[in-house]
Amino acid sequence: MSFSNALIFLGKLKDSLRDLLPVVLVVGIFQVAVVQKPLPEGVSLVDLTLGLGFVIVGLTFFVQGLQQGLFPLGEGLARELVSRGSAFWLFVFAFTLGFGSTIAEPALIAVAGQAAIMVSQSGLIEASEAAQATFAVTLRLVVAVAVGAAVSLGVLRILKGWPLHLIIIGGYVIVLILTLLAPAEIVGIAYDSGGVTTSTITVPLVTALGVGLATAIKGRNPVLDGFGLIAFASVMPIIFVLVFGIVAFEGG
Amino acid sequence: MELVNTFGSTIVDVAPIIAIVFGFQYLVIKKPIAHLKEVIAGFVLVVIGLALFLVGLDMALFPIGEMMATQLVSEDFLPPIEAGVSRHWSDYYWVYLFAFAIGASTTIAEPSLIAVSIKAAEVSRGTIDPFWLRIAVALGMAAGITLGAWRIVTGYPLYWFVLGAYILVIIQTLLAPRNIIPLAYDSGGVTTSTITVPVITALGLGLASAIPGRGPILDGFGMIALACLFPIITVMGYAQIAQHQARKQGALTGEHPK
Repeated sequence: MSFSNALIFLGKLKDSLRDLLPVVLVVGIFQVAVVQKPLPEGVSLVDLTLGLGFVIVGLTFFVQGLQQGLFPLGEGLARELVSRGSAFWLFVFAFTLGFGSTIAEPALIAVAGQAAIMVSQSGLIEASEAAQATFAVTLRLVVAVAVGAAVSLGVLRILKGWPLHLIIIGGYVIVLILTLLAPAEIVGIAYDSGGVTTSTITVPLVTALGVGLATAIKGRNPVLDGFGLIAFASVMPIIFVLVFGIVAFEGG
Repeated sequence: MELVNTFGSTIVDVAPIIAIVFGFQYLVIKKPIAHLKEVIAGFVLVVIGLALFLVGLDMALFPIGEMMATQLVSEDFLPPIEAGVSRHWSDYYWVYLFAFAIGASTTIAEPSLIAVSIKAAEVSRGTIDPFWLRIAVALGMAAGITLGAWRIVTGYPLYWFVLGAYILVIIQTLLAPRNIIPLAYDSGGVTTSTITVPVITALGLGLASAIPGRGPILDGFGMIALACLFPIITVMGYAQIAQHQARKQGALTGEHPK
């Protein structure tokens, strides 16, 4: 690693630290000043510190790797496909990009794992580790297909110039109707899965696609039209996971 | 070892997106990749970083959220009550304060939020102040998490809160300045980072497991959802206030900003 690379890496490390610091400060202050007790049994300060170290270094590598590999590649592809003007490939790209980036999203891996444990505790699926792993992967696939569909719909909206808020409001109405039909156990997981898809990988890639597209099409404003993709990507997973819950648990 | 297993699974996690971008590059665009070595090194870093993060997640982020939930609702921490009397929700005030503090502090310093707020200031031609916009997002996030914690304590159904938030979002969408709407919707996504999501999830599940009469599957989720919805409301609310003030000033000086 050259000297300038080392400097860039240190800068990234500082960014990850700044993300984590508020959590550590708030938890530390509450532990010392409010709870006023040593850490509970089974929680060791060494493990916590080591774990937070893994989180910091891991996130730094992850973000550095994305900026060095996936982001420039994804942005280049988005530009190239937009300029070629093939609607078919643009839609295939939008769908697969949303799908692939969501599968690799760390926050979704985390939440899907917890959701699987809770669902198996509630008795909806078997209590075995294999059944939990299957549920977690299925949930992530459902969310990833939803984000793929959301990005494709977002691209269609930019091409057609449909107003963003009407589609979002329509999405909200569908969410509310499905909530009444879906098993109660899936509702919380479904609502939360909308928020976790829009994290580290998906947002920059999808925003690059939207802004690139809105810039290339005459009469579209990159700021107004380029941003709606994220909004779709947070509503569509709720709809898909609710439908998944209805299909998987209500019928049987 | 744990780390080795995690490596295996992260390769599977990252494989689809690698296949997609390389597939498009070589089969559709049919052009070589510039700086191929650097790009490949980047993907290796992504796999290593994701594996390290997931190990740290189980070692630290989940335990931290769960530990705070358990400690703040344990019987010897809460104010004493007579036997047989059920607890009032206001007894859990430290839980709400903790939720608020986590929400506000993690959002206010979020780098992507700083970038979004500067962009919003440009779009609004100066009527929106990036500093106050960040305050609006942080307050929205903190309010969402606090309300989420209160909901877990009281056990009210999540969809009431989501329905209420949706109605507010829809009403404000019709009233707020049109150019702020996409940014407002996006600010909801910005607040939930890879670090805060696991901590908040573990906090919610920990609360729902520890509080009598609540269960994790029905009550434990939903804090993330509310944390994403409330910033949309506060950002559009702030934009309306800012526009109103700009109009008032315009009326005083005789100018009419759009």
